[in-house]
Amino acid sequence: MTEKYILRSKAIAARILGDETIIMSATDSTLFNLSEVGTLIWQAADGQTPLSEIVTSKICEEFDVAPETAYEDALAFVEKLSQYGILRVLDHPLKETAEASAAKS
Amino acid sequence: MTAALVLEGGLSTPVAQANGRVTVEIGQIPIELRCNDALFCSQIEERYAGFLRSSSLPDYCFDIELEPLAEPSDEDASVTRQGYLWRVQRGDFRAIWDMRTRRGWIRQSANPYSLDTVLRIAHSLALAEKGGLLMHSASAVRNGRAFLFAGVSGAGKTTITRLAPADATVLTDEISYLRKEENGYRAHGTPFAGELARAGANVAAPLSAIYLLEKGLANRIEAVEESEATRALMRHVLFFAQDADLVRRVFESVIDLVSRVSVARLIFTPDESVWDLIG
Repeated sequence: MTEKYILRSKAIAARILGDETIIMSATDSTLFNLSEVGTLIWQAADGQTPLSEIVTSKICEEFDVAPETAYEDALAFVEKLSQYGILRVLDHPLKETAEASAAKS
Repeated sequence: MTAALVLEGGLSTPVAQANGRVTVEIGQIPIELRCNDALFCSQIEERYAGFLRSSSLPDYCFDIELEPLAEPSDEDASVTRQGYLWRVQRGDFRAIWDMRTRRGWIRQSANPYSLDTVLRIAHSLALAEKGGLLMHSASAVRNGRAFLFAGVSGAGKTTITRLAPADATVLTDEISYLRKEENGYRAHGTPFAGELARAGANVAAPLSAIYLLEKGLANRIEAVEESEATRALMRHVLFFAQDADLVRRVFESVIDLVSRVSVARLIFTPDESVWDLIG
C-alpha cells in the first residue's frame, strides 16, 4: 500500500461546531459539512501524519470499525475533498517547513 | 473628459461633475449619486424616498452615466477586485470604484433596478469589511427589538411581514441589513423590496432573534443546533465577490452572528397568531 498524506488547504475558512466541521471554500464559496469522523480526519490533516496512522489512531480507536474498511472509506473521503480543493492528498509527507508547522497548529 | 474614458483609463482623472446629486443612506452608510439626467435623478429620489439624506460628507460617491445597455436581468453580476479597485458588471451596468478614495463610476441603462443591484453589491462589500452582513431575509422591529426571518423564496418572508401586528415596523421583506455593534448586531431597514414591492422603514434596532422560516400546519418554534443555524444562514447571505479574504470574513461574521444571537426554526401557518410566538 502506498502511503498517503493529507493537508488542509489554505483557501478555505473552517470552524468546528459541536461534533461537526463547517468548511467554506474561499475561492467559490461552496459550503461543506463534515461529520464527526470527517472532522477527526480533517483535524489530523497536517501533511505529515500518514493517513493509515490517522485511521488507526483516530478512527479505529474511537469507533468500532475494521482498519481496512476504515482506511478505504477514509481514502475515498479525502480524495473527494481534494477534488473540491479543500484538502490536498500527497504521496510524500510535507517537509518540515513553515507550511508544515502552520498545518500542525 | 467623459466617465467612459475614465472607466477605461483609470481613476486618476475626475469626470466633469454632474449637476444632479442624490444621497441615499442605507444602514448609516450614505452614498452620493451624481447624474446629469434630471429624470433619472427624480426616479432615484422616488425609488429611495425615506432613505434620502442631505449629506455633505457621504461615505461613497458615484457618478452615473446613462447609456443604452441591455435590460436588467436575473443573471449574477461579476464582482472582482484588482488591488484597491472593485469592478462590478452585468449586461445592464458596469461599475468601478476605488476603496481608498471611495469614489466610483457607474455606466448603466436608465433603469433604477440596475442601480439597485449596484447599491446592494456596494453595501454588501462595505458591510463585509465592517463585520456586517446583507441577508436574504425579512426583518421587523417590535417593542424596540428587531427580529429576522430567513428563508428561501416561498418560505414565507413576505407572508410573515404581511401578518405583522400594527405595532411592528417592517424593515424589509427581502434583504436584511445587519451591522455589528459592540454587544451584538443592529438590523437596519432597507429600500430593497421583494414581493411586498414596498420599501422597508428607515429605522434600526438591536437584533434580538433570528428565525428560520418554514410553512406548516400549526405555529411552533423548534431549537436548531449551532451548526445547522450556521449552514442555513450562510446560504442566505448575499455575497457576490470572488475574493478569498472577504469570503473568509463573511464566513467568520456568520459564525459570530450565530454565537451572539438566538436562532430557532419558526414553523408557521399563515395566521396573525404566529406573532404571539415571536419575542
